[in-house]
Amino acid sequence: MARIPGVGLAKGLSITLRHMLRKSVTQQYPEVKPDLPPRSRGVIALVEENCTSCMLCARECPDWCIYIDSHKETIPAPEGGRPRQRNVLDRFAIDFALCMYCGICIEVCPFDALFWSPEFEYAEGDIRNLLYEKDNLASWAQTVPPPPAHDPGAERPKELTAAPKRPARTPAAQRPRAGTPAAEAPSAATGGSAEEPASGTSETGPAAPPSSTPGGRPRRPMSNVRGIRPPGALPATPQSGDSAEQPGPDDTGTETPSSTGQQRPDELSTASGEPQPKPEPEEQTSAASHRRRRMTDPRSIRPPGRLGPDEPKESEEDS
Amino acid sequence: MLEVALSFVVILVVFLVLPLIIGQTEHKVMAHMQSRLGPMYAGRFHGWAQLIADGVKFAQKEDIVPAAADRRVFMIAPAVALIPYLVVLIVIPIDRDRVAVDLDLGLFFVLAVMGIGVLGSIMAGWASGNKYSVLGGMRSAAQLMSYELPLVLAASSVAMAAGTLSLPGIVEAWQWWWLPWQAIGAVVFFLAGLAELRRPPFDMPIAESEIIMGPMTEYTGMRFALFMLSEYAGIVVLSFLTTVLFLGGWHGPFLPGWLWTLLKVFLLAFVVIWFRVTYPRLREDQLQRLAWAVLVPLSLAQLALTGVVKVLT
Repeated sequence: MARIPGVGLAKGLSITLRHMLRKSVTQQYPEVKPDLPPRSRGVIALVEENCTSCMLCARECPDWCIYIDSHKETIPAPEGGRPRQRNVLDRFAIDFALCMYCGICIEVCPFDALFWSPEFEYAEGDIRNLLYEKDNLASWAQTVPPPPAHDPGAERPKELTAAPKRPARTPAAQRPRAGTPAAEAPSAATGGSAEEPASGTSETGPAAPPSSTPGGRPRRPMSNVRGIRPPGALPATPQSGDSAEQPGPDDTGTETPSSTGQQRPDELSTASGEPQPKPEPEEQTSAASHRRRRMTDPRSIRPPGRLGPDEPKESEEDS
Repeated sequence: MLEVALSFVVILVVFLVLPLIIGQTEHKVMAHMQSRLGPMYAGRFHGWAQLIADGVKFAQKEDIVPAAADRRVFMIAPAVALIPYLVVLIVIPIDRDRVAVDLDLGLFFVLAVMGIGVLGSIMAGWASGNKYSVLGGMRSAAQLMSYELPLVLAASSVAMAAGTLSLPGIVEAWQWWWLPWQAIGAVVFFLAGLAELRRPPFDMPIAESEIIMGPMTEYTGMRFALFMLSEYAGIVVLSFLTTVLFLGGWHGPFLPGWLWTLLKVFLLAFVVIWFRVTYPRLREDQLQRLAWAVLVPLSLAQLALTGVVKVLT
């Protein structure tokens, strides 16, 4: 209780008066676009090239609002090998009339084919038009923003902490013999600080543009490559190939025999960003984030198993 | 004769324009007090034409009369609510010698006619054939009963001080030191007037969250618009009366008299809006307690004070 009667009343009046003199907080939406944080759940974007139609997203979806049709294609045997099968995506559709924006499909996707985009202006007059096919979903991939940087003192991302096992395995396979030591050095140097991922991206930056510019063409070859070497096949590559280069020719050769010569360099160049990451995870994450920043990049994220053809490139970069 | 007709026309224009201006001010002031922008699009510049757009909308709506309603009473109720305020404006002076009709009994006339306005909402509440409306109408009646007394007592204090019931006469007799002298009476008059208008701190009769606009529940279209207009016309009249009785009407330095009157009116209208934004609605019992236990004693004290000072000087 206020000692003087009416003090509370006067305080209330002063509050409303002060609010009137202050600037109002309204954003006039159609004229002023809202400044959304990068992780806003606006719409789900599809990076079609990364999709293996594994159906994980469709199965995990609580609303069953993802529709995937695919068929298997048999790829003729390379040379003397057995023919492989790969999935070809025929249809990928999300019914946003059913979607409840839980994001489980995005979390569950093992190949980075689904992303949140903050784009939200896709209202439709008819509920049936909210069923978006894969070309629509792919067009939204252009709007996916780069993920925000980690906080200065934050816990290190899982990709980095879980990584040390990897290099241990790769030396056993004797793959990146040349690559590992060289690659480790920069990582160790940059290791601690939060700025370092940024520097890492900047380093890879110059390397990436060449990859992205030809990337328009090589996109298809990339998907082919992925088709040939699903993640499960990863252990197989070290066994089969003594040298790292061998898998590369195999891939291109099997897929499009005619254009082998031309496409291989491209492929290698696109791969050039990645080889480093493999041996050392830290760079991998940075490279991935860098990819996301420019929108063509999500497509070039490879499934974790993919190692082979990149190695020579990696050595080149080091040198 | 012509002059009288002309002044009536002016009064009619004022009566139609001022409520709109105050309504628009309420839109914008209330919005900014709540950190919003308010209407921004109608009329291109900061939504100045919002109320005109509202009027057009109201005019297009269907005029529904419920089957259970007492048809004739239901239809004339908005007019009963609105016209008294128009009539009151006739006797209010805007500047020295600028009054349509200089009644000797001006103050008495004003208080008597303003009381009729409340009848409109009681009629509407009873005639709607709706339990919410009846509740609202009964609350209006109760509010009128309890707040008319402090209103009349506070006004009679000024009349005692001036020695006349004529409104121009009161303003003529006004001195600056009447401000502190009649301060209590001014506050009581203003609050009681607010309650009689059923404006938000005292809007128990229309309480839209519990009895859905009370007497206005069943009204649509133009009739509802007339009720809204009468509310804002009521604000205009209350502000005019408080200005004339307690704030010295046209008295003031530098500016012409009519401008002073209008300035004071707008200041009071702003206070009305300000109260609306700031204070939550009073409960029915709090409403009655405020009237009988606070305002009536205060106005009696003001009467005593006025009498003592009047005798001494």
